[in-house]
Amino acid sequence: MTTFLLEREDFPALLKTLTDAGYQVIAPTVREGAIVYDEIESIAELPIGYHDEQEAAFYRLHPTKDKALFSYVVGPQSWKRFLHPPEVRLWQAKRVEGGMEIVPNTQAVPRYAFVGVRACELHAIAIQDKIFMQGEFVDPIYQARREAALIVAVNCGVAGGTCFCASMHTGPQVTSGFDLALTEVLEDGRHYFVVEVGSDTGKELWKDVPHRKAKPEEAAAAQHIIEHTAAHMGRELDIDGLPEIITRKIESPRWETIAQTCLACANCTMVCPTCFCNTIEDVTDLTGGSAERIRKWDSCFTMDFSYIHGGSVRYSTKARYRQWLTHKLATWVEQFGTLGCVGCGRCITWCPVAIDITAEAAAIRQSDDGKGK
Amino acid sequence: MTKPKLAVWKFASCDGCQLSILDCEDELLAVADAVEIAYFPEATRSVVSGPYDISLVEGSVTTPHDIQRIQRIRKGSKVLITIGACATAGGIQALRNYKNVKEFTAAVYARPEYIDTLDKSTPISDHVFVDFELRGCPVNKYQLVEVLSAFLNGRKPNTPAYSVCIECKRRGNICVMVSQGTPCLGPVTHAGCGALCPAYNRGCYGCFGPMETPNTASLTNEWTQHLGVSSPDVMRAFRSYNAYAESFRKEAQNHDNG
Ligand code: SF4
Ligand code: SF4
Ligand code: SF4
Ligand code: SF4
Repeated sequence: MTTFLLEREDFPALLKTLTDAGYQVIAPTVREGAIVYDEIESIAELPIGYHDEQEAAFYRLHPTKDKALFSYVVGPQSWKRFLHPPEVRLWQAKRVEGGMEIVPNTQAVPRYAFVGVRACELHAIAIQDKIFMQGEFVDPIYQARREAALIVAVNCGVAGGTCFCASMHTGPQVTSGFDLALTEVLEDGRHYFVVEVGSDTGKELWKDVPHRKAKPEEAAAAQHIIEHTAAHMGRELDIDGLPEIITRKIESPRWETIAQTCLACANCTMVCPTCFCNTIEDVTDLTGGSAERIRKWDSCFTMDFSYIHGGSVRYSTKARYRQWLTHKLATWVEQFGTLGCVGCGRCITWCPVAIDITAEAAAIRQSDDGKGK
Repeated sequence: MTKPKLAVWKFASCDGCQLSILDCEDELLAVADAVEIAYFPEATRSVVSGPYDISLVEGSVTTPHDIQRIQRIRKGSKVLITIGACATAGGIQALRNYKNVKEFTAAVYARPEYIDTLDKSTPISDHVFVDFELRGCPVNKYQLVEVLSAFLNGRKPNTPAYSVCIECKRRGNICVMVSQGTPCLGPVTHAGCGALCPAYNRGCYGCFGPMETPNTASLTNEWTQHLGVSSPDVMRAFRSYNAYAESFRKEAQNHDNG
């Protein structure tokens, strides 16, 4: 595969190309002590020279010695925010003579260019593509945003303390699903990006960015960085036979143990880039003259989530934590043909009480003797 | 068609929740359009006699007279909705429930023998049947309009009982516990404020009281073990606006060493 070379000083030209092509550039940027994804207008808004220290229930930003643009991993937010927004109005209705009239949503579809998408996140997007765009029921909101979006991926130059993409086979190297992919290299006083083109759209745009072919040693330097990242994952998760083990251990006492700690606060599902659950709220105005239907992110950790006539099916926190973990690491396979976890580590970092999905899965595995219970 | 009659009653409280009604501004005209404001001394002096279709009750029960009054109000109301931490949990004045009230009256009043007050500040639902409780200190005005709209239109109000964290993440806040080590009551607190405090870089104070399944023990374990919060401070965090709400009351008790 041909790889190209983009000098650091030409990086602004890449952003300008995207803006000129009519894209709204969404990229990592620092806000309130964390890296979030938001619209940026210049390269200065990237988290230049920042590194994120991540552990279970712990996140801090630190300055680095160099001026790298991407020497951190993923923050609390994911691209899900943009493709599957946390809150969206589906439609409105107005009362008219003798009935009601539906007012469809006519919001313009944003054209996003996502810059800095990591390998695990590409896999998460691919998973949500299946959820929202395959089969009989396609979600038009997701589909419109997704089809308009452009992806500039970045290979991770460092692994975070809660990352485990290597064991999930979802990273750290991006392999598909991108328009352009960059690897940042800082070496011997040089600062450049080795670039792969992954789509026709990417190819068109790339023409307008100053570049040349990468030399073999430059491409090798990039490859070496990715391998180094892969070898330094903060965590690991053995997925061999895991869905079967978890399904077998559905009555394991471990679920009760973890329920003592779990707050059922739902942070893990909110930050997870693959969790897709949502709830519908119907609201009327005071007079009953108009109504709206709103969709909001929801979570299997709430009581209402499993509410049926008479009460909630998953009444205990034990049942709810078990639902989350079994869905992510077992039943997702039956439903969508892949695991529901890409090893991004967000649920570990952002759990206020440091519950670790890799540790829980390992404990369930360890208690397994091939039989039930 | 006659408009439903709305009454707003005050018990022991700071009036903040009633002010939230007045603060509705744009929506207030719509409210006045949709209902007949029959009794609302904070807003108008004119009084239309009962019975009332909807009574909003602010404040907690703290005197023997309050007990009689809430019975009368209940009898005269088709639907009774309590609003705010005082009415739903006893409010900040429920701090008296942990002390001897006589000592307070002796310290504050020149002639304490004139004061006829109860030992405890209690929520309205301890005394009469309540159709719906709206949490908050003060209540969120959008939720208030939502509850009124729901009752007027015969539907279920959207006031979910899950954690503040869900609103916090939807809003795009950065978690102050994880990113700054600031103790936050969000994980055990009922949603409704839209995660206001974390949006301004502060931990949640628990104004909306306990969420549906609060695991206070696990949260405070994290605070004391990893965030350096002392046991007396844990007690103070839980003993505030919703001090008398069951799970907050118990958690505070567990950290009350004298
Ligand atoms: S389950 Fe956790 S580690 Fe896996 S994708 Fe979701 S947030 Fe990331
Ligand atoms: S883990 Fe829970 S919130 Fe996430 S997709 Fe599954 S059911 Fe939905
Ligand atoms: S695992 Fe952690 S983040 Fe998820 S619901 Fe439980 S306490 Fe909250
Ligand atoms: S800041 Fe508080 S409310 Fe927000 S997610 Fe963190 S713990 Fe929850």
